[in-house]
Amino acid sequence: MKKMRALLLALAMLVALCSCGSKKEEPAPEVEDRDAAVVFENSSETVDVTALVKDYADQLSKTKVGFIFLHDENSTYDNNFMAAGIEACDSLGVEYILKTNIPEGQECYEAACDLADSGCNIVFADSFGHEAYMIQAAKEYTDVQFCHATGVKAHTEGLSNYHNAFASIYEARYLAGVAAGLKLNEMIDDGKITAEEAKMGYVGAYTYAEVISGYTSFYLGAKSVCPTVTVDVTFAGSGYDETAEKEGAQKLIDNGGVLISQHADSMGAPTACETAGVPNVSYNGSTIAACPNTFLVSSRINWVPYMQYMIGKTAMSEKISTDWTGNLETASVQLTDLNEAVAAAGTAEKLAEVSKKLSSGEVKVFDAATFTVNGEKVSTYLADINDWGDYTGETEAIVNGAFAESSNRSAPAFDLRIDGITLLDEFYG
Amino acid sequence: MNNNTREPLIHVVKRKALPWYKAWAIRGIAILAALIVCAVITAIVTGYNPIKVYATMLSGAFGSARRCWVTFQNTAILLIIALALTPAFKMKFWNIGGEGQALIGGLAAAACMVCLGDKLPNGLIIVLMLISGLVAGALWGLIPALFKVKWNTNETLSTLMMNYIAIQLVAYYTVVWESPKGSGKIGVINPNTMSGWLPEIGNKYLLPILVSVLITAFMYVYIKYSKHGYEIRVVGESVATAKYVGMKVNLIVIRTMLLSGALCGLAGVLLVGGINHTITTTIVNNQGFTGVLVSWLAKFNPAAMIATSLLIVFFGRGAGEISSVVGLNESFSDILTGLILFFIIGCEFFITYKVVFRKNARKEETNHD
Repeated sequence: MKKMRALLLALAMLVALCSCGSKKEEPAPEVEDRDAAVVFENSSETVDVTALVKDYADQLSKTKVGFIFLHDENSTYDNNFMAAGIEACDSLGVEYILKTNIPEGQECYEAACDLADSGCNIVFADSFGHEAYMIQAAKEYTDVQFCHATGVKAHTEGLSNYHNAFASIYEARYLAGVAAGLKLNEMIDDGKITAEEAKMGYVGAYTYAEVISGYTSFYLGAKSVCPTVTVDVTFAGSGYDETAEKEGAQKLIDNGGVLISQHADSMGAPTACETAGVPNVSYNGSTIAACPNTFLVSSRINWVPYMQYMIGKTAMSEKISTDWTGNLETASVQLTDLNEAVAAAGTAEKLAEVSKKLSSGEVKVFDAATFTVNGEKVSTYLADINDWGDYTGETEAIVNGAFAESSNRSAPAFDLRIDGITLLDEFYG
Repeated sequence: MNNNTREPLIHVVKRKALPWYKAWAIRGIAILAALIVCAVITAIVTGYNPIKVYATMLSGAFGSARRCWVTFQNTAILLIIALALTPAFKMKFWNIGGEGQALIGGLAAAACMVCLGDKLPNGLIIVLMLISGLVAGALWGLIPALFKVKWNTNETLSTLMMNYIAIQLVAYYTVVWESPKGSGKIGVINPNTMSGWLPEIGNKYLLPILVSVLITAFMYVYIKYSKHGYEIRVVGESVATAKYVGMKVNLIVIRTMLLSGALCGLAGVLLVGGINHTITTTIVNNQGFTGVLVSWLAKFNPAAMIATSLLIVFFGRGAGEISSVVGLNESFSDILTGLILFFIIGCEFFITYKVVFRKNARKEETNHD
């Protein structure tokens, strides 16, 4: 009985203590108001490196950049950022610190603060899950610029020192799709497959907008030259899982896929394709060395222009844009290493032509006239651009007859399930 | 002993108990040797000045106010887990399930934050988090204990396997609670309302440190001066003796594992509610296993565990800073940490045994007789 009473007393004290320590809840603003209050700022500005080095040498020498990477150079995803970061810093002659293998947890906040404490004026993080912790650090270190790739919250947080960046990778994927479609046409013409058998396979990572936007643009690119094409998609449930990606690719091949592409980062899918002799479109780097007989082309994001932009703006004491979306013109997205041995004849010329049309706006990747959802054309769609955690769309995304990808914010938002694409599974996490 | 037998060139003799200062001198030499080898290897690999290597390690762990706080906070969590494992180990019940017990405690806390976040007042949520975290951890300790007393199963295996069940449960709930949908991550739970976030005392690092101090004091008294502690020691020395003097061995095993699991669960609640405000399958970061090492190195003495846990965290953070500064990846810091642990664990051999060469052997024997 005495024990019981003591326990109850302790519990009561604990409740009292915790209640004192608890934060006051701020009343949630009205839904319409908070969306109306959002200011979009999405630029694709670049800086002139030679002019910067000449005119701002002094400021650049006082600039220091801290990088936070989810993995290390063994991951093609992180290596792409790391190489770009080092190249940008070297081109401008600024100091930098690299922190690798920083998980998407409190360690990211600690790493960001530690970099700020070590005198960095800019802190950059490369993984989606780092965002919340970057924001937390940005609130604390108001005179340090925090730049985050692939994030979605900069425009709704309203912090002057927190920025998101991405690139219109869907344009490069569309081009890669064109190369794939031409290859399919060649196979049809050679009598290797019938037009109805033109089925591609795609290994995704997770079922979210960035991946959906990726495979849809790839598919639409292929469809623009090969109208009968379809695609099966499977998800590895990971950004880097060699075995799962290899098995995924094998499943797609067994399922009748005659050409494979992937969002995933490991060598899993490319090696499975090389073994099976199935053409492969790669992401974030050429796999031609390991797969000379099947590697077709690769799309990648080149982060150097953004890194130079964020460093340059900081050195010039100018504001970094809330969102930044690099494109074909800024060389932020690239189609690299077309393998002539695998590609269909005339591919390079066709790619140059489509690329020009994409830049001029004559061709739009997500042109609503080119796809249907459940058999019907899409004339209006509310996309979830402002991420309040409610997963409901609030921003009209069909503008001038096309899905306006990466226009309001940098990160992709296309998450329509269009016809012609079959998801074999989607419940990985 | 027959003097005619040829003795081997080198043989190993068990020492009589060493005086404490000699034992600590050997440990000190081991740490020194570890530091020298680390410096030499870093110097060879990177061309770095060895003195600078030490300075970098120190700066990595204590270079700024924030680094000190993080070092102490990490030490606190490792210490709590090591302390939690100690009573079980003292009883010779090999609980290597600290990882799972902490993780399941964290999962229970996260469940409270996610499911009750906007339904109950914050104080009540935190109390429920604590209770459910402790209960979940205790349950994860109880199951192997029940199997042990009922069917005499091997607890090393069952506690280990419970880890994987906890990890898979967390993986499952990561999908259930993921945010944004499809990302495979839970992200920060209740980022705006902060419900279920443990209150900050002083600054955001202090709470786990204070808790670890309280638990260290409690565990010291519990093991050394309480009746329970005495029973644990007797069962650890000899189950037969314990039974002979009328102790209820099964009850003691179950009770101790409940305590061990509950304290691990508390570490999980601190990790989820107080530090990370999210849960991932790797949030405990193998400290359930490192905790075993901390506890062993301290000879199950709670006060000494403060030093051993700090040592492990210091080397981990110091080695991490070296790899960041010289631009090598995590593997290099793993190599350094591995080397350091090799020396620290290896020196225990020289504390328990001594190496005798043939020439000295005879003298040795006369001394012993």
